[in-house]
Amino acid sequence: MIAMPPADQAVLARRAEIVVALRRIVPGEGVIDAEHERRAFECDGLTAYRQLPMVVVLPETTAQVVEVLRYCSANNVKVVPRGAGTSLSGGALPLEDGVLLGLGKFNRILEIDIANRCVVVQPGVTNLGITHAVQAHGLYYAPDPSSQIACTIGGNVAENSGGVHCLKYGLTTNNVVGIEMVTMDGEAVRLGGKHFDASGYDLLGVMVGSEGMLGVVTEVTVRVLPTPPGARALMIGFPSVEGAGDCVAAVIGDGIIPGGMEIMDRLAIEAAEAFVHAGYPLDADALLIVELDGCEAEVDHLIAAVEAIAARHGATSCRASQSEEERLLFWAGRKAAFPAVGRISPDYYCMDGTIPRKRIGDVLLRMKQMEARYGLRAANVFHAGDGNLHPLILYDANKPGELERAEAFGSDILRLCVEVGGVLTGEHGVGVEKRDLMDTMFNEIDLNQQQRLKCAFDEKSLLNPGKVFPQLCRCAELGRMHVRAGQLSFPNLPRF
Amino acid sequence: MTVFQPSDAAEAAEVVAWAAAEGQSLEIVAGGSKRGLGRPPRADHRLDVSRLAGIVDYDPAELILTARAATPMAEIEAELKAKRQMLAFEPPDWRGLMGGDGEPTLGGVLACNFAGPRRVRAGAARDYFLGFSAINGWGEVWKAGGKVVKNVTGYDMCKLQAGAHGTLSVLTEATLKVMPRPETACTILLEGMADEIAIPELLRALNTPYEVSAAAHLPASVARRSAVEGVAQGLGAVTALRLEGPAPSVAFRANAIESLLGHGLRLAAAETERLWAEIGQVRGLLPSGRQRVWRLCPTPTSAPVVSNALRAQFDSAEAFYDWGGGLIWLGLDADEAGPDGGASRVRAAMREAGGHSTLVVAPDDVRARTAVFEPLHGALAALMKRVKSGFDPRGVLNPGRMHEGQ
Ligand SMILES: Cc1cc2nc3c(=O)[nH]c(=O)nc-3n(C[C@H](O)[C@H](O)[C@H](O)COP(=O)(O)OP(=O)(O)OC[C@H]3O[C@@H](n4cnc5c(N)ncnc54)[C@H](O)[C@@H]3O)c2cc1C
Repeated sequence: MIAMPPADQAVLARRAEIVVALRRIVPGEGVIDAEHERRAFECDGLTAYRQLPMVVVLPETTAQVVEVLRYCSANNVKVVPRGAGTSLSGGALPLEDGVLLGLGKFNRILEIDIANRCVVVQPGVTNLGITHAVQAHGLYYAPDPSSQIACTIGGNVAENSGGVHCLKYGLTTNNVVGIEMVTMDGEAVRLGGKHFDASGYDLLGVMVGSEGMLGVVTEVTVRVLPTPPGARALMIGFPSVEGAGDCVAAVIGDGIIPGGMEIMDRLAIEAAEAFVHAGYPLDADALLIVELDGCEAEVDHLIAAVEAIAARHGATSCRASQSEEERLLFWAGRKAAFPAVGRISPDYYCMDGTIPRKRIGDVLLRMKQMEARYGLRAANVFHAGDGNLHPLILYDANKPGELERAEAFGSDILRLCVEVGGVLTGEHGVGVEKRDLMDTMFNEIDLNQQQRLKCAFDEKSLLNPGKVFPQLCRCAELGRMHVRAGQLSFPNLPRF
Repeated sequence: MTVFQPSDAAEAAEVVAWAAAEGQSLEIVAGGSKRGLGRPPRADHRLDVSRLAGIVDYDPAELILTARAATPMAEIEAELKAKRQMLAFEPPDWRGLMGGDGEPTLGGVLACNFAGPRRVRAGAARDYFLGFSAINGWGEVWKAGGKVVKNVTGYDMCKLQAGAHGTLSVLTEATLKVMPRPETACTILLEGMADEIAIPELLRALNTPYEVSAAAHLPASVARRSAVEGVAQGLGAVTALRLEGPAPSVAFRANAIESLLGHGLRLAAAETERLWAEIGQVRGLLPSGRQRVWRLCPTPTSAPVVSNALRAQFDSAEAFYDWGGGLIWLGLDADEAGPDGGASRVRAAMREAGGHSTLVVAPDDVRARTAVFEPLHGALAALMKRVKSGFDPRGVLNPGRMHEGQ
């Protein structure tokens, strides 16, 4: 298990006084003190990690957030922001000596601006809530994490969440155009807006994906897109995952960017088919689902093109959806892959690395070898278009040592992703989970530079500390200028 | 004033470390085509990184291209074209506009967060910037991001580096996401609309599911300057919508747009390419002579109000719209614009609309006196300053390029 920073005993000793002070800022039920009520917040989607927060605060206005952060900053109290708590990397894991700041009451849609295709919402609005608010106008919000009924747009901003559609339509970062945020010292600032770009550094861009460590997001403006008039899906069976991977490369090589493109391996196919009966080919080692969206003329044209490519790449079966129901059925198994795996194993652990797609064959082979080594199985679902792997490691938490083995297996998979030229996380974030693997991708200088950015936003390192970085920030030290005066000469450097 | 011309990133880092130690500042230059953008350089020396050039890796099936920072855009575009791919953000060529003859490079395009007409649909350079290696103001070589299209490991430093105009770190190598080039394209030209009518129509078109990939409006006097015959020959204003994709789809969508907005003249693929390149390049569409050129990014629906306010302020104002109204290019006669290049009146006209404005073309002395980029205030300005000192505390890199002290 990865350790959180040691609790500040001075803060813990002042707990009662802190609760009173917070109640003065957020009255009534907005401050949760009772232990059994705090329990509900003790973990996020990474349930192996649990920690009771010191106190939970549920503000309703930006002014309250400003006051809470000002107070916490002045009193050296740590703060962990939280949306719906669906993070799979432990980003919203509370701290023993910290305030858990829940944004769930920020749940209003503030403005729907059809002409500019923008929606202004509070951060606690769910991802799907945005689409629901605009779908009558023929618009939708494109990034669609599988958790979209539950997860909040504030959480999406913090994690830069993706979904099945993000190869074609981008991640959260490409679809959020403005935010209001509050820094740890209680300054509210607006970044971006309905206009394109903004003056100065792109702080909006760096806030997206900052895992709740740079500021608390209190308002979000997103760009919404016209709903494609139609979509059809292809369900293609292959005798090997590599074959499916080659087909994906050929589709992209042919200039086609599908709306969605997903691969499932045999274990995932079997689990999904047993669960939803989508008609998946049980004789295939890999299933590729390709969705083409757009106007009818385009969809039919591209369906034919992809069918031809699949045939050239050794597909053993290929079906095109003939109706909207059938399209949804093709997806049903993929969308239910997590719960489906949950039916065949008491527990599973979801990983999230990205690899260059062409390495899929080696990576799966090496994962098979790891399965033997760890005595655990893994099912694979895979955002094939962008190389984002989601191995689901099956284990039983009730068997002593299995969780630890699953975690070690997971870490090995992520190291492998980095080794083949990929990265630790494609969309779930580093959080607590992958914190101590950061040095597989980055050296000390790289990490220090990231930390210096953190220092610009949160000098005392009070906002969500213990996440993402293996070492806590030491802003004073990082800011110092280490110079090697007088030692430099440029023997070979041309000058003019 | 010394000009350093390192042959690799390690040598470049040595120069920066030396400058930091000696309290010297550096102007970062590659091709030099955008030297005139931003506040005029006031650095002690020049760091010419133009030898850090060349494509390192291009894998079309992975949609990834890695190149050294000073790789000429022409080289990258030729490689991509050969594989029927492109940079989807359509970086415009501003050589004519800036009056420079330098070679546009990848590093410059990223540092200025360029975007062309496809911005409305596909985003800007920032949206395709996946990873990089760079030198901070301490002279340390550092990296961020990755070489895959989907990655959330660590802060998204690419976004900061894009549009920082070289004031945070010296970029040495970058990885970009590339996209397939559309099979074909066409442009629908609608004639004779006043700005107040045209902008809502562009926005209406962008709100349809017909995937409009560029949306511009050229008032009559601007349209007349076009080198594209179909645009210049008409008598009135020209409103242009581009559609791209597979041929049957483009044909279908063009009909659908016309049944919504009315019939227009159609430009085929080659003419379409010329028109949108011209719109991205700006220069040919604005009056020649002593001009100040502004780039305004208002909330799109406010664009006609902004340009009316500008015309009320300046007799010489000539403007055209791209990005469905989200971008206004404004030309002003230098004398009428006055010693601040027109800044106070331009910004007053923008105030209600929200958004920001940049003085792109003006002589050094005007740009030295004026806030070239929209001024920042209060907590936000203070935060930006702290960010700058987290990368370059001694102000070694392009000092004062963006704002005083930044
Ligand atoms: C079944 C399931 C499927 C999933 N599928 C996907 C998927 O397809 N794609 C994907 O990308 N992710 C997926 N996820 C992960 C998760 O849903 C996303 O990361 C989501 O964005 C988290 O949102 P949340 O509101 O639950 O945030 P939380 O879990 O509450 O918080 C996540 C992080 O955001 C911070 N945060 C939350 N709100 C704010 C705020 N207002 N200001 C500042 N920081 C804040 C927290 O501190 C924390 O670091 C899945 C999760 C589950 C459980």
